[in-house]
Amino acid sequence: MSIADHQPEEFVKIMLEIKDLHASVDGKPILKGLDLTMGPGEVHAIMGPNGSGKSTLSYVIAGRDGYEVTEGSILFNGRDLMEMEPDERAGEGLFLAFQYPVEIPGVSTMNFLKTSLNAIRAYRGEDELDAMEFLKFVREQTATLNITDELLKRAVNVGFSGGEKKRNEVLQMAVLRPSLAVLDETDSGLDVDALKIVGEGVTGLRSPERSMLVITHYQRLLDYVIPDRVHVLADGRIVASGDADLARELEEKGYAGFSKAAA
Amino acid sequence: MAVTQETVQTVQEVEKYKYGFVTDIDTDTAPKGLNEDIIRFISARKEEPQWLLDWRLKAYAHWLTMEEPDWAKVGYPPIDYQDAYYYSAPKSAEDGPESLDDVDPELLATYEKLGIPLHEQEVLAGVKNVAVDAVFDSVSVATTFKETLAAHGVIFCSISEAVKDHPELVKEYLGSVVPYSDNFFATLNCAVFTDGSFVYIPKGVRCPMELSTYFRINAANTGQFERTLIIADEGSYVSYLEGCTAPMRDENQLHAAVVELVAHKDAEIKYSTVQNWYPGDENGVGGIYNFVTKRGACRGDDSKISWTQVETGSAITWKYPSCILQGDRSVGEFYSIAITNNFQQADTGTKMIHLGKDTKSRIISKGISAGKSQATYRGLVKMMPNASGARNYSQCDSLLIGSECGAHTVPYIESRNRSAQVEHEATTSKISDDQLFYCRQRGIGEEEAVALIVNGFCREVLQELPMEFAVEAQKLVGISLEGSVG
Ligand SMILES: Nc1ncnc2c1ncn2[C@@H]1O[C@H](COP(=O)(O)OP(=O)(O)O)[C@@H](O)[C@H]1O
Ligand SMILES: [Mg+2]
Repeated sequence: MSIADHQPEEFVKIMLEIKDLHASVDGKPILKGLDLTMGPGEVHAIMGPNGSGKSTLSYVIAGRDGYEVTEGSILFNGRDLMEMEPDERAGEGLFLAFQYPVEIPGVSTMNFLKTSLNAIRAYRGEDELDAMEFLKFVREQTATLNITDELLKRAVNVGFSGGEKKRNEVLQMAVLRPSLAVLDETDSGLDVDALKIVGEGVTGLRSPERSMLVITHYQRLLDYVIPDRVHVLADGRIVASGDADLARELEEKGYAGFSKAAA
Repeated sequence: MAVTQETVQTVQEVEKYKYGFVTDIDTDTAPKGLNEDIIRFISARKEEPQWLLDWRLKAYAHWLTMEEPDWAKVGYPPIDYQDAYYYSAPKSAEDGPESLDDVDPELLATYEKLGIPLHEQEVLAGVKNVAVDAVFDSVSVATTFKETLAAHGVIFCSISEAVKDHPELVKEYLGSVVPYSDNFFATLNCAVFTDGSFVYIPKGVRCPMELSTYFRINAANTGQFERTLIIADEGSYVSYLEGCTAPMRDENQLHAAVVELVAHKDAEIKYSTVQNWYPGDENGVGGIYNFVTKRGACRGDDSKISWTQVETGSAITWKYPSCILQGDRSVGEFYSIAITNNFQQADTGTKMIHLGKDTKSRIISKGISAGKSQATYRGLVKMMPNASGARNYSQCDSLLIGSECGAHTVPYIESRNRSAQVEHEATTSKISDDQLFYCRQRGIGEEEAVALIVNGFCREVLQELPMEFAVEAQKLVGISLEGSVG
């Protein structure tokens, strides 16, 4: 059930509207006519085989250099995303949890979080948080994610275990409070306990103002974060869409049938 | 955002004192060129004793027999030593900037972001040649220092004053670490040095505050030759900070300073530099030639000298702060950040000369090159025959931004003692697109992201700086790399 479902037709807002998106990397077409529409507060899952273009879609939305949009459009809260730099998109409320979080040696996780939050607040014309306010705010978020102060002192993702890296992504999402979060395989590489922490962490961040695009291979994260819609991405297009049941079906039957359909 | 706010505050504070600086203009001018008469002129103006004039003349005679060194990985057109002023007298008012409005806006913008050096722009408006400790903030700071410090027996004054008031100390130590015949630029400095700082910390005294001097190159066509001498007597401690800025000029200007440090038994000197001389414009026009000799002698057992430098300015930097580890168990440290952008060239590093037993040295060098710049780390570690049990650890990391710059590491190791250990590690890396994109996805603008990543890369060195300087240095790191990406 999404909030949008309860609103009268004329008030239904669109958070993200992707139309006929074609994108290339190094001149090689990866996305070939992708359509996707999400309302505020909705959770959509994207599932698909390796190499189908899931990460490419997340990078295109976030505006990574080298991911060239050759056709189509992406509107975010009614604004053309293509016109914006990656940091402006973040300022507008877009967040990407990376499939492979990046190491930044010498920069403490705490400093990174603070720099990031203050940059986004500055973009929105809000005052910077002072050190005490910030610390208090972060501590509220770390408790549920089982993140220690010791981890916050370590350099961003340097020497982090797979689970710590993914929890750190969720922490950043919790701190930055985006209106659209794209989670790129935030569940992969996690054992059962870590999956529970991440799953509950993400579910806890679900709200009527926050949409989530959950990219995953597996049903298991979706047991925590029940999606409103599930889409199958194959060969650069959405080849099937359905409700949460579709994810279970995919888990059983695999993608074989869909890939063929797309070919 | 914060930086801008601080700048606004700083400007407001500076405004209040705006006219306080426009005094003390020295109108003496020596004619262009270099000869014995000029040296006599300088010495006479400073009312120096005969021995000092003789020493200058001896250095000058020796300098005439020397050749300019060419082994560093830097290139520049020949310097005409006769086409410069050696007594840094102020130029007439029409030539210099009258007010902030006449100063190049780009330079102003840089200083605005820095916050602190804005004071100096006010100095620019009128005072062209000020005593070193009066250059920046120090009309008040230096005097306050003097009284408080005198209570502890600490001497902190300009070297000219020291020659007058403490001639026995100057005579004993001047040239005792960097002799008059040392090298082309140091020898030139001996002949023509005009001012600099003098510090003496008596036995057993821990200097109660940071000593700080801001240097500035003033008039055009004027060489800058400071001479700094710091003596830490037995069991004493001092931390000294040196900051440098220079106005923008199309011509290159020579800066050939000499710094000598002497640490006696159980004494410690911590010497920090934030060097932000004018680096030239984005096309490589103008900028300071920073050819500096800095050397410290750990004379006594268990003494320690630590050099920390953040080198972001100058068109060319040629500088090797060194330690002569004479006392047993003495310690030498060198922490360096050298940033080059556009057409800057830096050839910098250190020399650690181990003479005493169980001496230790540690070298941490972080070189960052962007634009079309070239950065070289050049370091010598020398273990002499008596240095049994001596140890050195060196780590030299280079970070490249873009594909048109260069980073080079040239370690020289000479060991004449079998029990001495030398360890050297070196890495070269690039700021990755992954790192930049990750930061930008988190809302951090491109230039701030570069500054953040580079500050992370330099962290081990930045944390060696005294707190007051660390913040300024971090901002400077960001500013010097502006325009290096995208
Ligand atoms: N930087 C790149 N350069 C060249 N090809 C790429 C690059 N990134 C992704 N691809 C290719 O694009 C396709 C989609 O990759 P990706 O979006 O990572 O898929 P998924 O995330 O669904 O596994 C793959 O064929 C992959 O090899
Ligand atoms: Mg992927």
